[in-house]
Amino acid sequence: MSVPAELHYTSEHEWVAVADGVATVGITAYAAEALGDIVYVDLPEVGGTVSAGDTCGEVESTKSVSDLYSPVNGEVVAVNEAAVADPEVIGTDPYGQGWLFKVEVSEEPADLLSPEQYTQLTEGEG
Amino acid sequence: MTAPNQGPALRTTPLHAVHRRAGAALVDFAGWEMPLRYTGERAEHTAVRERAGLFDLSHMGEIHVTGPQAADLLDYALVGHLSQVAVGRARYTMITAADGGVLDDLIVYRLADHDYLVVANAANAAAVLAALTERAAGFDARVEDRSADYALIAVQGPAAAAILAPLTDADLDTIKYYAGYRHTVAGRPALLARTGYTGEDGFEIFLTPGTEAPAVWAALLEAGEPHGLVPAGLSARDTLRLEAGMPLYGNELDPGTTPYDAGLGRVVKLDKPGDFVGRAALEAAAKAGPARRLVGLVARGRRPLRRGNPVLCDGREVGSVTSGAPSPTLGKPIAMAYVEAGLDSGSGAFSVDVRGRAEEVDLVDLPFYKRGR
Repeated sequence: MSVPAELHYTSEHEWVAVADGVATVGITAYAAEALGDIVYVDLPEVGGTVSAGDTCGEVESTKSVSDLYSPVNGEVVAVNEAAVADPEVIGTDPYGQGWLFKVEVSEEPADLLSPEQYTQLTEGEG
Repeated sequence: MTAPNQGPALRTTPLHAVHRRAGAALVDFAGWEMPLRYTGERAEHTAVRERAGLFDLSHMGEIHVTGPQAADLLDYALVGHLSQVAVGRARYTMITAADGGVLDDLIVYRLADHDYLVVANAANAAAVLAALTERAAGFDARVEDRSADYALIAVQGPAAAAILAPLTDADLDTIKYYAGYRHTVAGRPALLARTGYTGEDGFEIFLTPGTEAPAVWAALLEAGEPHGLVPAGLSARDTLRLEAGMPLYGNELDPGTTPYDAGLGRVVKLDKPGDFVGRAALEAAAKAGPARRLVGLVARGRRPLRRGNPVLCDGREVGSVTSGAPSPTLGKPIAMAYVEAGLDSGSGAFSVDVRGRAEEVDLVDLPFYKRGR
């Protein structure tokens, strides 16, 4: 399962990339694989604030509903409308075209997992 | 997301290793480890609608009812009139408790005058066996659980007949819908039936011993490849039957539901002679009319409707979703729901409360999908 080395991760199977004070968030390939075909995504509103660990949306597959958690504190500055319109891309390209939302972070996020730690976590669950 | 629980050991079918090798996502289904999907459930669903899909249904229960009074026993134990079924034909029927509540929905094949095969849902197989055994008291008939001996493979979809034809000695043109005969498939003896749970043409292949299943599965996959046949899992099977408006035990049917509630009163043969288990209660239910009605819902938006979501009419709660999923064929979320009897699409504005947010829906008659002939 693909776990890009340049990203950070959460135990909720999301990835985070921080650049210039903006965190981009998506779900991992492991999560996408476990969910199956993704059919609906509900994302936070642009301009709203999110807090690390709080639910801020939903990802739905044919069979299940999974909460989306914000891994960071800050203001939502963008959401991936293309993924809302066609959620399949979240499964086919979770680390690229399938990104979900961007947050302007007030502080550098803490408590994120390294690629090695995340790999260990998924191997424990698999 | 959470890791699957490590529960008690799951039962496996003779095709388990085949599913593993194919990379299927396996899940606990009624105590069996079964393929949920192989590649993607929507592609599998579409393959069955447009070409064909191959299903392992070996978890289903197979119960043989034999003996001089086998037909009489089934007339007494089930709501259908099984003694009237011709040899080689099958019936969709139900077994109810004395109060008319559904214990399971069944397909019963008449294999010979005194030989019936009762096919039960995996989750209910033990209960059906127990009820049939108890109801057999005083009848010259034998009830025998043969589930462990059987494997069951279904090939479903518009290309099913073309795929199967070169592998069987049967003339498929002569096998009508809901008929089943002993034939060979890939050189193995099989009960070959034109039945299914997808809304498409298709066949179910009952194999004894079940250990023949991997060879038959492989032969079907090979013969089906040029036709676009793919293995399909339980996830696709669920959306296929939902689109076809077919009830699923545990969702639309349960011991608190009569066949009339589910809109399936036609399976109850009140005009058959003699008493049968549930007769008095079902006669009363038929006279009183059902208190609720099974309907279809189609969402106007894109948010999936899910089992347990309340159904509202002009804001008032009038029922509950029993099965819901995004329909790959319609491209919209669909659901089956029980609502108060008497409600129809003209009763008001319908919506479904999906975790606190009202989603507008249209109330429609079932099924959502009917194949062209």
